[in-house]
Amino acid sequence: MTVNILTVEKLVKHYDGLLATDELSIDVRDGELHAIIGPNGAGKTTLIKQLTGEISPDSGRITFAGRNLRRLTEPQRSHIGLARSFQITSLFKNFTVLDNVRLAVQAHSGHSFHFWRKVKDDDRLTEPALDILREMGLDDRAETLVANLSHGEQRQLEIAVALATKPKMLLLDEPMAGMSGEDSERLVAHLAKLKSRFSILLVEHDMDAVFSLADRISVLVYGQAIATGTPEEIRSNEKVRQAYLGEEE
Amino acid sequence: MNWLLLLEQILNGFQLGLLLFLLAAGLTLVFGIMDMVNLAHGSFYMMGAYFCATFTGWTGSFLLGAVLTLPAVFLLGIIVEVIALRTLYSRDHLDQVMATFGLILFFNEATRLIWGPIGLVIPLPDFLNDTVEIIPGAPYPAFRLAIILVGFLVAGLLYFIVARTKLGMLIRAGASNREMIGALGVNIRLLFTLVFGLGAALAGLAGLMAGPILSVEIGMGESILILTLVVIVIGGIGSIKGAFIAAILIGLIDTVGRSFLPEILDLVLPAQTAATAAPAISSMMIYLLMALVLAIRPQGLFPPKGVGR
Amino acid sequence: MTASPRYVINAALLIFLAVLPFLTDWAGDSFYTGLVSRILILAIAALSLNLLIGYGGMVSFGHAAYIGVGAYVVGIGAFHAFEDGIDWMLNGYAQLAAALFGSAVIALIIGAISLRTRGVYFIMITMAFSQMLYFSAVGVETYGADDGLTIYSRSDMLGLIDLNNEKSLYYLIFLSLLVVLYLMHRLVGSPFGNVIRGTRSNEARMRAIGFSPYKYRLTAFVIAGVIAGYAGFLMANLNDFVSPDLMHWTRSGDLIIMIVLGGMSSLFGPLYGALAFLILEELLSSIPLTVGGLRIGEYWQLIFGPLLILIVLYARNGIDSFLPAARKEE
Repeated sequence: MTVNILTVEKLVKHYDGLLATDELSIDVRDGELHAIIGPNGAGKTTLIKQLTGEISPDSGRITFAGRNLRRLTEPQRSHIGLARSFQITSLFKNFTVLDNVRLAVQAHSGHSFHFWRKVKDDDRLTEPALDILREMGLDDRAETLVANLSHGEQRQLEIAVALATKPKMLLLDEPMAGMSGEDSERLVAHLAKLKSRFSILLVEHDMDAVFSLADRISVLVYGQAIATGTPEEIRSNEKVRQAYLGEEE
Repeated sequence: MNWLLLLEQILNGFQLGLLLFLLAAGLTLVFGIMDMVNLAHGSFYMMGAYFCATFTGWTGSFLLGAVLTLPAVFLLGIIVEVIALRTLYSRDHLDQVMATFGLILFFNEATRLIWGPIGLVIPLPDFLNDTVEIIPGAPYPAFRLAIILVGFLVAGLLYFIVARTKLGMLIRAGASNREMIGALGVNIRLLFTLVFGLGAALAGLAGLMAGPILSVEIGMGESILILTLVVIVIGGIGSIKGAFIAAILIGLIDTVGRSFLPEILDLVLPAQTAATAAPAISSMMIYLLMALVLAIRPQGLFPPKGVGR
Repeated sequence: MTASPRYVINAALLIFLAVLPFLTDWAGDSFYTGLVSRILILAIAALSLNLLIGYGGMVSFGHAAYIGVGAYVVGIGAFHAFEDGIDWMLNGYAQLAAALFGSAVIALIIGAISLRTRGVYFIMITMAFSQMLYFSAVGVETYGADDGLTIYSRSDMLGLIDLNNEKSLYYLIFLSLLVVLYLMHRLVGSPFGNVIRGTRSNEARMRAIGFSPYKYRLTAFVIAGVIAGYAGFLMANLNDFVSPDLMHWTRSGDLIIMIVLGGMSSLFGPLYGALAFLILEELLSSIPLTVGGLRIGEYWQLIFGPLLILIVLYARNGIDSFLPAARKEE
């Protein structure tokens, strides 16, 4: 029997005068990469925001790792293992690459009421941060300011920061957004490696990436999942073809 | 309790509240549409009073002086916007605080240079110097009554402009969603300049009306500025309606509180303590109110939609 | 690590400040010891405010309030010692403890409410709170209301240091400055400082990676308040006088100007800013030029005001940006 790490049941959210999430039910199995696709305005980012706690749903239930998320704040959700990357790069711009990751490591190494210790000399923070940078192929950029990174590198760092929070599950909101072909190929390779270690909910427009990475795909239209299934099933689903794949290209 | 005094104080409260509204209306729009902190708004209030004193001296008539003052302050506002403030819209709040603080210093010092360090008096015509018995047995100064009337009139006019005209539509759109008016293809620079000038003129109007009651002096802009900031923060930045309600509220609480707090405190505290505490507490009251409002509603009472950003 | 030019300039400034009283002795003009004492006290307050503004992005517009609290503790202590013969209230250590504790409590209350708000609201609410304290000082007749309190006797440090001696007072102030500089240096590089700086840089991300910034920001707010309260303790002893004017919102504005003038992103920035601010004030107000019977120096703010605007528009990073770079990243 498969276990769900994330279960969304009948989620409803009115947002900006629209019904952005309409009785949406979706689940992510433990260790699975579940991709969500759908046209712009389908409510994908609104869903992510409800999962992270940035906005709260009008009704419905989200269960993560056996816990009801209703009363948990954004930081609390991070602490039980839910990590996210942002659609629009959201990093500490005036910090170095290493500092960005180290801060995320620090967030999960007990409280930060240490007023005297030097962060830079603290191996307990620096070593794990460097490990993650190595993994994401950013270790040679460790001392570079984020503002001086290329767009592709910033997108990679987005994920590195999420990884540093010791997550059980990653919520990746269009990680390939704005990437060149070469960069996104590299990122797909990274994600393929991560896939075995984390459950992943991937929101993405890059269809090649989605169909090569996903175990299952859900298609979101007007806040509803019109279909969920394996890439093969989705490819051959008549409803999906009409509503989405047909108009994409 | 003295009911006639209470009534009189309520009228005074409305009068202060309406003056505050005139200042707050311009300021809250500048805050809301341009996301700009303008500490120098009080300077337009001061300039309104000084201009009016001078023009009244030249023409020998307060009314003529007032009529001349409004376009003068409007023009001054536009000049300041074009020369100094325009480039600050895109800066962060700290820069705006600094620069407009610099403007205050400049205006205060320029005023001292031109008009001298001693305050001025604006003489009123006889019919405004009179009293009116709106309630039998309680004569009320005609000029204060006039302020209340003008205040309501301008508030109504402003409401009409904001709610019913194209300019008002753009202003409202700007207060709730700044990018949108850009997308509508409106000449934003001109709109901003115009709104800024209008705000300055309203502040000038408040200044010229306050001039004959209070004294026309350097620094008069700052004390009222702080009150105005309290008003717009309580009302919700960018909201004209919020500014109006908060202004009247502050005006009433401040005025009525100052005259009745000693009596109220007498009931609960020993006379000695009450007498010492009353002045301190009554001048603190509006700040307490603001702290209370913001503690409960961090965006003020009437945050315009979309300000949550 | 080799000494960078920046390091040399900072060190030279500190050495100059260390020997200043002897220089003024030698020049036979002790006026400057007093002036620089005042500058250094304001620099301490500005340093503490920079923890909030420069590193934390919290534009507190009421920081002078804590200076006022610290100063009034000294004033009130001296007042009761003098009027009512309560001798222990003159005890400098008791006064110091009360000044620090008082400013901590007030900063805790103000911070707890203000930090719920953001942006312009935060600026305004901190300003409003400081005005509240200002008006309460104005309202209390016992302690001189508007006119303030003259301090007839400085804090009694029980023989450890004589605050009546201008030179000892100067060195206490100078030493305090060094301590606060070092404290800030450690704080900014610590895990705590990391949270404060991270929240300024990107609060949404901080929450997403699992931080709840509020309690850290509040702690920073209290630390800054306590240091400013300490500056107030020193200020009262230097001036022999306290008045509500210490807490007026324009005093808070002065502190902000010092920070921006000096450069917010560096440790020494506020010190340079405080020096520049008060020296500029002295210089501008002593311009001997007379135009049409008016001495320009008397209207120095006519120049200073537009100067501020020019600085904001064209020299955004303050004096700091004119000094040789320390390292690429700070």
